[in-house]
Amino acid sequence: MRASSDHIAVQVDDLTVAYNYKPVLWDIDLEIPQGVLMAIVGPNGAGKSTLIKSILDIIDPIAGSVRIFGKPYKKQYQKVAYVPQKGSVDWDFPTTALDVVLMGTYGKLGWIRRPGEKQKKSALEALEKAGMLPFRDRQISQLSGGQQQRIFLARALVQQAEIYFMDEPFQGVDASTEIAIINILKELRKQKKTVIVVHHDLQTVPEYFDWVTFLNVKKIATGPVKDIFNDDNLTKTYGINYKVAINQ
Amino acid sequence: MSSAQLEIQLISVLVAIACAIPGTFLVLRKMAMISDAISHSILPGIVIGFFLTENLNSPLLILLAAFTGVLTVWLVETIQKTGLVKEDTAIGLVFPALFSIGVILIAKNANDVHLDIDAVLLGELAFAPFDRLLINELDLGPKSIWVIGSILFVNVILLFTFYKELKLSTFDKGLAISLGFSPVLLHYGLMSVASVTVVGSFDAVGAILVVALMIAPAASAYLLTDDLKKMLLLSCLIGAMSAIGGYWLANLLDASIAGAITTVLGIIFLMVYLFAPDRGIISVMLKEKQQRKEVLLLTFLLHLQNHDEEKERRVQHLQEHINWQKLKAREILQLAEKNNLITINNAIISLTEKGKSFTQEAISHIVTNKETAIEGLKRDFLLFRG
Amino acid sequence: MKEYLELLWTDYTLQVITLGTAILGATCGMLGSFAVLRKQSLLGDAISHAALPGIALIFLITGTKDSTTLLIGALISGLIGSYWINGIIKRTRLKTDTALGLILSLFFGVGILLLTFIQKMPDANQAGLDKYLFGQAATLVVKDVWIMGVVSVISLIVTLLFWKEIKLFLFDTEFSKTLGFKTNTINFLITSLIVIAIVIGLQTVGVILMSAMLLAPAAAARQWTNKLSVMVSLAAAFGAISGVIGTAISASQNNLSTGPVIVIVAGVFVLISFIFSPSRGLLFKEIQKYQNRNDLKLFKTLTFMHEIAKTHENIEHPHAIKILNNFQGFTKRSLEQLQQREWIKLQNNMWSMTHKGFNAAQDIHLMGEDE
Repeated sequence: MRASSDHIAVQVDDLTVAYNYKPVLWDIDLEIPQGVLMAIVGPNGAGKSTLIKSILDIIDPIAGSVRIFGKPYKKQYQKVAYVPQKGSVDWDFPTTALDVVLMGTYGKLGWIRRPGEKQKKSALEALEKAGMLPFRDRQISQLSGGQQQRIFLARALVQQAEIYFMDEPFQGVDASTEIAIINILKELRKQKKTVIVVHHDLQTVPEYFDWVTFLNVKKIATGPVKDIFNDDNLTKTYGINYKVAINQ
Repeated sequence: MSSAQLEIQLISVLVAIACAIPGTFLVLRKMAMISDAISHSILPGIVIGFFLTENLNSPLLILLAAFTGVLTVWLVETIQKTGLVKEDTAIGLVFPALFSIGVILIAKNANDVHLDIDAVLLGELAFAPFDRLLINELDLGPKSIWVIGSILFVNVILLFTFYKELKLSTFDKGLAISLGFSPVLLHYGLMSVASVTVVGSFDAVGAILVVALMIAPAASAYLLTDDLKKMLLLSCLIGAMSAIGGYWLANLLDASIAGAITTVLGIIFLMVYLFAPDRGIISVMLKEKQQRKEVLLLTFLLHLQNHDEEKERRVQHLQEHINWQKLKAREILQLAEKNNLITINNAIISLTEKGKSFTQEAISHIVTNKETAIEGLKRDFLLFRG
Repeated sequence: MKEYLELLWTDYTLQVITLGTAILGATCGMLGSFAVLRKQSLLGDAISHAALPGIALIFLITGTKDSTTLLIGALISGLIGSYWINGIIKRTRLKTDTALGLILSLFFGVGILLLTFIQKMPDANQAGLDKYLFGQAATLVVKDVWIMGVVSVISLIVTLLFWKEIKLFLFDTEFSKTLGFKTNTINFLITSLIVIAIVIGLQTVGVILMSAMLLAPAAAARQWTNKLSVMVSLAAAFGAISGVIGTAISASQNNLSTGPVIVIVAGVFVLISFIFSPSRGLLFKEIQKYQNRNDLKLFKTLTFMHEIAKTHENIEHPHAIKILNNFQGFTKRSLEQLQQREWIKLQNNMWSMTHKGFNAAQDIHLMGEDE
């Protein structure tokens, strides 16, 4: 297992997270190979967002460890990009689309240094990729839900990371945004980046992703979609009525 | 004890109880700061009312001022609805503005109005016994007793009449609406009661301290009980006790009675905050410590269950892989062994049968979100707890 | 007013006071923007009230009236109050609003108890503490203004240095954590600055109204811009102007505390901004609503005409205005407005549709299908 660790992007060992001393993630072992496009699926309250937040060091686990390319997160944060849930911020904040995307460059800049022309150029490129260039000077509350999601995506692209974590990027977006996001995901895979997506829509898993993790407090299964995306694992994750979950 | 002293104490007890009743619902409805807003913004209402009636105890003045209070609530909600500023900024903008208007009105008319800033802040409880209600030369006691007494009376009647509706709309708004109770009506009803009570108490304890009488007894009671009826009774009791205790503290220090009542309230709240069984922070911290240990124990047991390979079950592995400090690891290990959940052979840990079934049940409860079942499980399985 | 301005040229004390309140207003406006954007508007209220017992206690212990010493007491008890609020929210079932109201009123009550106790002490040296209730800018001395200046320069430097980090933290705290920034440090930085700003404002504005000094300029500034930097600068400007005007009014009248006057001036800024802001203001929204309604009416009329014009080979074929009588909701004015937009031509009692109008009607028709 150790021998192949060169190709492991994210390694999670015995991770346990508790809110108010009630476990929400329990003894998770997970290895995410480099270059996969992975969906994390599971019912509501299964701990999907919690899992990526604890990998990203936003939440402190009570036990276990996380390694990004073999090192703790604190040393590797420049290799990681994050797209939070759209609802996690106040979109009435006084700032523009371009400004939000520029925030993606702050990590590499570090403390105090300000973004310059170079950063602005890459922010504009990212906006272009997300199809949001015409909206660069819009106040962010004047964007539609899908456009806001694309801004978050552009902000992650600007981070020029190796691993991308996305928390429900398809939540409440229009069809054209969904296609735009999928194209970006495929582009990232072509560049051998690793992408980890918390995903709700079970129907689209085989179409969009090549790797999947089933999660419900415990890890149920992880592996290539073609091998493990089956009724057996779906039942284990969602209970007997998983078909209802699919058709939601 | 002179009769004046007795009367002051009686007034303050009445005020405390009259405030505790609406205060309980404000705290439960997460609207405590609204009482702060009301208590500040009734000031211009009182001043204007005083210009009109020239009598601080006139019912018209009380109604007018109370109307200002309700108006404040409406204004805050209207500003919130425009979306121009975020929720609590609206409160923070409205009441200082209205309060400032009141203060300036008083200052500009200082010669005509027998209201000074000190009275606004501190109330004039000490002088209350001198303003007496005389009907046909018959002394019926201080006017304040009658004013606050009637307010308390109305509050109690309303509480008994609408107890069910208030309880329902406080704890289950959705159900209340579906049963046909108008939440808007109840909301504004409660706001009106709160406003009238604040205005009635204003005279005695002043603008800001009336907030303490509304919130502190209810907050303390909320840390002591889950039962709404008990909470109401406790709030009244705590309020009344602070009123009497505060009076004697003020007597001792020769200082403001209202300030002293609040100080006693503060001490009571501090005591409850620290020592309340179950919800006080000392008990919370002890419980947290135990729960932390139990969660770690569960984690550790689950790890054993998940991993058959010996490598993962070495004692050392606990420190290395699960990432625990040495001390914590040893403690958990001892706890598990004491409860016969594990056996250790050659520094390799194995689950016992008891350990296996405990872990299995705990998992299924956690996955299905049955927290209470877990507590029961711990009681059944664990002889020793953290 | 003219006298006041003349006095301002010549009177050194007045210059000191005016400078002090201007600096204070600017600092509070700037830092208040952060408080408002963090949705902690009422925390400032609780902290400023909680500062009162500290002032009284320090006086009881040291017997000094030196404002710097007293403000240290205010700082300590304000911080204790804010930590206790945190403890209540984190460790008990009581919610934020209850915690704020509790600390605010309880600390203030203790402060009042101590103040009245001090007032009745035989030592005559105690008067003047009540200026901390409503503020009295007239009592500012050069040293006080120096302290304000130093605090405001430090706040400005910190804000400029960590501008990027503060903005990121305010907008998306979790994201800033994943970028490797220590959010606790930024949080501590912002909170400390706000608490210090509150404390240095107490002498001028008073504990009761200090929070409005933080909120009002920021809430007003937010309405005029969608850029954080502009908002912060505008808030500082509004704050400074409120401070100066408020002080001028209260200084030229007897018996008027500074705090309430400043708050009312700041309140006027808020009111004007709420109503007249060009993009968010209520007036603008009303006008827009009216225009939309009007447009809708025109569209309806145009659609009706389009239905008629459609039936003719030549769409510009003139029709009698009378035909429109079956259609409610057209007026002479709306026809004129349609002509202004070159959608129709009016001649005598006849109207005819233009090509432009025909296309517009078809667009409207398509838009309707889209929805």
